[in-house]
Amino acid sequence: MAAPRHRRRGFSRRVQYGLFAGYVVAIVGILIGAALLLVARLDPRAFGTLRGVVVDAGAIFTGAGRVGVDAAHDLGDGIAAYFDAANQNRALKEELARERRRVIAAKAIAAENGRLKKLARLTEHLPAPILSARLIGSTPTGQRRFATLAAGTAEGIRPGMTVRSPEGLVGRVYESGIFASRVLLLTDGETTVPIKIIRSGQAALATGQGDGTMEVRALIAGGRPFRRGDLAVTSGTGGVYSPNVPVAVVVAVNGDRAIARPLADPGRADFAAVYPIFQAPVVDPPAQPKP
Amino acid sequence: MIAPEGNPFLERAPLRVTIVPILSTLAGSATALLPIVATEPIVPPFGLMMLLAWRLLRPEIWPVWVALPLGLADDLISGHYLGTAMILWTIAFLSLEWVDQALRWRDSWIEWGVASLGIVTIGIGSWALSQPGGSHTSVLTVLPQTIGAILLFPAILRITAALDNWRLKR
Repeated sequence: MAAPRHRRRGFSRRVQYGLFAGYVVAIVGILIGAALLLVARLDPRAFGTLRGVVVDAGAIFTGAGRVGVDAAHDLGDGIAAYFDAANQNRALKEELARERRRVIAAKAIAAENGRLKKLARLTEHLPAPILSARLIGSTPTGQRRFATLAAGTAEGIRPGMTVRSPEGLVGRVYESGIFASRVLLLTDGETTVPIKIIRSGQAALATGQGDGTMEVRALIAGGRPFRRGDLAVTSGTGGVYSPNVPVAVVVAVNGDRAIARPLADPGRADFAAVYPIFQAPVVDPPAQPKP
Repeated sequence: MIAPEGNPFLERAPLRVTIVPILSTLAGSATALLPIVATEPIVPPFGLMMLLAWRLLRPEIWPVWVALPLGLADDLISGHYLGTAMILWTIAFLSLEWVDQALRWRDSWIEWGVASLGIVTIGIGSWALSQPGGSHTSVLTVLPQTIGAILLFPAILRITAALDNWRLKR
């Protein structure tokens, strides 16, 4: 088929001017878009109200659909639970007995830990969660990794607060509407979490890679500080994230860097707890000797 | 003025004619509201695909600047920095104006090719524009959704054609 000829200018001045005006508006719009991008670089919280309204409006649809997804999930899990139930039951019973012994041991350690801390007069100011809410959706088409949390400024959620699920850290509140907010997930490129490796105590930084994994870099270059299976928890350095929250497990080592997978799967977490911004306790600097 | 106001013989186009393309594109953008929590971009950009399908099927219904408000809506829904899709979609429309002049012949394969090129370019462009400062996400994260978008595009074109028939039905 020969290409259709539209946008024919012809001799009509009106059509010519109309077409020209369209191009002018488009070019001006591109410039405005560039300005908006620049504003977003300089002030990421710009247009927060507008974005919050859209988050709220989207959450209405997403929340309604989430019920259906949960029901489907539950149905699938319910059917899957019947397969191989006898073997699973036996294995689970054994595991339960084993875990019970471990829990008793852990309780003893916790008690001793508390006693020792009291002896050392260490008091920890770990924040309590503000509330727990459902993660209802995400931005699966975009390049940024956001999840939608079904709680907003009306419940006291503010940008910067940390979000955890029982398995570990989920992310940080990025922007909030009145009754829904966007959570920047760990895998987003903007996320950087100060962590430490439990095995060695090595301090490191974990950065999202946008593809479901995080890159772990040691603060000191050289060597091979990571091993497969290493567990990373937040170190609490610099505030924001409170210490000792599980973050990720190392799945591949690449020289002095490593690829880690977040422990908390936001797609599976039913509820996520929101914690206030952690402020590291200020340590008094040693006094300067008086001359 | 060809048709002055108050002409009883002038038929007013029903609202449906103008609003169906816009609403279907917005609905495409709104697939980002699907209640799934994804840790990587896996759902194809349906808003962009609807936009390209309408533009290729009916080049005359929209002025060039219509990509601006539609792109703004897509940015707001998908959580990109404001301006990302505004810029990229408008540039795509301006390029398609040129493509319309340049192409002497077009069939469904050529349209698929043009759309695929647009999807890939805009995918890479939105990856580049949504990189936060000092970060290094790989461009390969765009790959799965781009492949999905290219493979699904003929189906979207069919849906758009059906919508177009319904839109113009009397």
